[in-house]
Amino acid sequence: MPIIALNQLQPSYDVIVVGSGAGGGQSAYTLTMNGVKVLMLEAGRNYDPITETAMFQTKGNAPLRGVETPDKPFGFHDATVDGGWTVPGEPYTQASDDPDQEFKWWRPRMLGGRTNHWGRISLRNGPYDFKPYSRDGLGFDWPIDYADVAPYYDKVEMLVGVYGSNEGLENTPNSPEGILLPPPKARVGELLAKKHAAPMGLSVIPIHRAILSVRQDADNIPAKLHPGNQRAQQILAEAMRARAACFWATDCGRGCSIKANYQSTTVHLPPALATGNLDILPNAMAREVTVDQNGKATGVSFVDKTTGKEVSVKGRVVVLAASSAESARILLNSQSARFPKGLSNSSGLVGKYIMDTVGANFGGHIPALENLPVHNEEGAGGHVYIPWWLYKEQVAGKLGFARGYHIEFASGRRMPAMGAGAGTKGYGSKYKEEVRRFYGSSMGFAGRGEMIPNEDSFCELDPNVKDKWGIPVLRFHWKWSEHELRQAAHMQRTFAEIIQAMGGTPGKPSVSGTHAIKKGGEVIHEVGGTIMGAHRNKSVLNQHNQSWDVPNLFVNDGGGFASNADKNPTLTIMALAWRASDFILEEMRKGNL
Amino acid sequence: MNPLNSLEPFLAPVDRRQAMQWMLAAVSASAALAKLPANAGVSEFKPTLKGYGTDPLLAKNYVPGDFWPLSLSNSQRTSAAIICDILFPADAVSPSASSLHVHDFIDEWISAPYSDQASDRQPILDCIAWFEAESEKRFHAPLSKITEEQRNSICDDVAFGSNANASAKQVKDFSRFKYVAAGGFYTTPEGMKDIGYVGNTPSVTFEGPTLEALKHVGLA
Repeated sequence: MPIIALNQLQPSYDVIVVGSGAGGGQSAYTLTMNGVKVLMLEAGRNYDPITETAMFQTKGNAPLRGVETPDKPFGFHDATVDGGWTVPGEPYTQASDDPDQEFKWWRPRMLGGRTNHWGRISLRNGPYDFKPYSRDGLGFDWPIDYADVAPYYDKVEMLVGVYGSNEGLENTPNSPEGILLPPPKARVGELLAKKHAAPMGLSVIPIHRAILSVRQDADNIPAKLHPGNQRAQQILAEAMRARAACFWATDCGRGCSIKANYQSTTVHLPPALATGNLDILPNAMAREVTVDQNGKATGVSFVDKTTGKEVSVKGRVVVLAASSAESARILLNSQSARFPKGLSNSSGLVGKYIMDTVGANFGGHIPALENLPVHNEEGAGGHVYIPWWLYKEQVAGKLGFARGYHIEFASGRRMPAMGAGAGTKGYGSKYKEEVRRFYGSSMGFAGRGEMIPNEDSFCELDPNVKDKWGIPVLRFHWKWSEHELRQAAHMQRTFAEIIQAMGGTPGKPSVSGTHAIKKGGEVIHEVGGTIMGAHRNKSVLNQHNQSWDVPNLFVNDGGGFASNADKNPTLTIMALAWRASDFILEEMRKGNL
Repeated sequence: MNPLNSLEPFLAPVDRRQAMQWMLAAVSASAALAKLPANAGVSEFKPTLKGYGTDPLLAKNYVPGDFWPLSLSNSQRTSAAIICDILFPADAVSPSASSLHVHDFIDEWISAPYSDQASDRQPILDCIAWFEAESEKRFHAPLSKITEEQRNSICDDVAFGSNANASAKQVKDFSRFKYVAAGGFYTTPEGMKDIGYVGNTPSVTFEGPTLEALKHVGLA
C-alpha cells in the first residue's frame, strides 16, 4: 500500500487519519506498525524531501536571492509548499479589525505539513506544565501528569532522534540515560552569552533538537520500541539505517534530503508505508466526519481537489490530526440534525481556548564578535537555549505575570542573504573591509513563553465565507491577556540586559508588551480548540485524545492541549498521539472500537 | 523598526518571522505595480503579473530572467554595472561586482512582480539617472568615460548623508541601490568568500569554534 490515487481508494479502513504532520504521522506509524489498516488523507500534494529539498543551493541560486515574497513567505528555499500565512482559495477571517486582535494561521498544503520546515526544537513539558491551574489558579489542569507522558517522550525521542543534554533543572525533565543524542558544541557567540548570562542567574545549556548529531542505534532501539514485534523491528531498523547524521552545512527550514532531522515525510511515513498497511491519499480536503444514527463516526467526507468531487470513505475509527484549528473546523462543519453545533461539541467548547506561544525578539551588535577568525558556524539552528529560571519568584507573585518563557539564540556566521552589507556606511574597498569586520557580530534572542488559555481567544465558523471547495471557513477571535503582554516586555528587557552584559549596545526594549509581542499564531505553535479534561462538560476530549461524545473519534494534533507551556509543542503532540494510538489499539483488541 | 530586522540576513529562521512582519505590511500597503510611472527608456515596461508561484521547483539553480523578463535599457544596464563597481571594485579579496553580474540581479529585483521589489524600482532608476546626470554636469562625459576618481567623487556625495550636492532623496535612492547591490554581491560564491562565510560544506562533525576564535573573544 502506498501513495494512492482516488481510484485506488478502498471502500473502508480500520482507521482514517486526517493530516500527515507530527500528530498524523505518529498516529499512522504506531497503528500500522501494529497491523492496523490506515488511510491517511492529506489536503496538500505529495511531497518527497529526498528529491525536492534545496540542500546546497545558495541564496544566489534563488530568484531575488531567496528573499521572502508573498508566494514563499519564509523565503524561496523554505520547504513550505502551496501555503504560508495564506493559502490560495482557502481563506480564514478575523472577527476584529484591531491589528492587536489578529490571528495568523500558517498552513502548508503538502505531505508532512509543517514538520517539513519547523525548527525541530524538542523540549519536554515538565511536571508543572501539566498542572498549571493547581500551581497558580489560572487556566486548566490536564487530566494527566508528567509521569503519564514520560514513557511516550522516551519512545518519541528514541524514534525520531533528539540531541540534547540532561541538566536536572527545575521543571526541565531529564531523559533517561542513553536516549538523547550528543548535542553539538556551542558557537562563539553562544559561549560568550553563557559567560555573561551566568551572573544574571541564567543557565545557557544545550537545546534539544530533533536532529541526528550522530546516527541512530538501529541495532537496539527497534527492539525497545516494538518488543515482541519482529516485523516492526525489522522495518524500523531499515528506516533508521536510511537516515544519515547531520553534516552541519545547511538550513533545516529547507527540510533535509539526507533525513538527518525529523520530518514526518522522512521519519514517520517511510516505515509506516513499508508495513503495507498505509494508504496515503494526497489532495484530499476533509470536509466533515460522517456519523450513523447512533452518533458513532462512520468515516470522513472529503473533496478530491484534483476533480472537485465530494467523496466519502468509511472507517471504524477516525483520527483528526489536521492541525488544531483545522480539526476544530472539521468538527464544527460536521453538522447534522443530531449534532447541530457540530460533532463532539456537547460541551460547546470546540474551537474554544486556542493558544499560541508568546513570542518577542530582540537583537544587538556585539563588538567582541567583530573580525572573528573565519570558521564554520552552520548547521542545526541555535545550539543552546536558556530555560525559564524564575519559577520561585513567579509562584510567589513577584513578577506580575504567571507563566515563564525560555530563550532561543540566533547568532553566528550564517549564509549571507539580502541585507548583508546594507547597514555599513561607505563604498569601495574600505567599505568591503568594514563589512567583513561586522559579519557575524550580531546576536538575536527570541523569547518563547507560555500563554494562558482565555475566553477571548477562539475560532468559529464564519457564517458568510466559504473556501473554493465550498467549505465554511474559520473566523478567529484573539486577545492576549496582561500575563502575556507583561511577559513579552520582560523578555525584551532581559535580552537587552544580556546584550549589555556582553558588551553590546542594545536598542531600547519596548516598555509596552503590546509592541514587543508577536501576533497570535505568528510563532506557529497553534494548540487548543478541542482541549482535554477530566469532565465531559468542561472539555472536548478525555485523557486519550478521545472525544467524550463520539468514542471512535480522536483528535491527535495539538487540539487537546489544555495549556501551552513555553516548551515547543511538537514533541508533546507526538508523545500524546503515540499514547492515544496505543489506547486505540488496546480498545480495538478489547472490541470496544 | 525592530532591531532584529537589520540582523535578518545572519539569523536563523526563527527571526525571519520577524522580517515577515514588515514584509506583509509593505504588501498590504501598496499595489504599486499598476501605478508605476513610465520611465525614460523603459516606457514599455509592463511588469509580469505572476511571480514564481507557491510551488516552484526548489532544488534548482536560477539566474535573473528565469521567471520574469528583465527591463533595464542597455544604457541603464551599463550605468548600473558601473555603480555596482564603485560600490564593489575588484581588489585583492574579490572580483568586481559587475564581473559577478550583480547589475543583472538589480535588474531582476526591480523587474519583479512583487510589491516590495517594485517599490525599489523608481528609486533605483532615479539613482542611475542621477549618477549619469552628475557625470555630465561635473565632467561633461557619461559615467562610462570618466575616471575612477571622478566616479568616486560623485559617489562621495550620496554615500555618507545628504549635503549641498545631493538631496535626502538622492541619498536614499543610493541606499536602496546599495541594499540590492550588496545583497546581490554577498550572495555570490566570491562575495561569500569575501565576507568570510565558510558554511554550506558538509563535515562529519561540528567542530565548534577554533582556538583562535575563542582567544579572539577572551574565552581561551
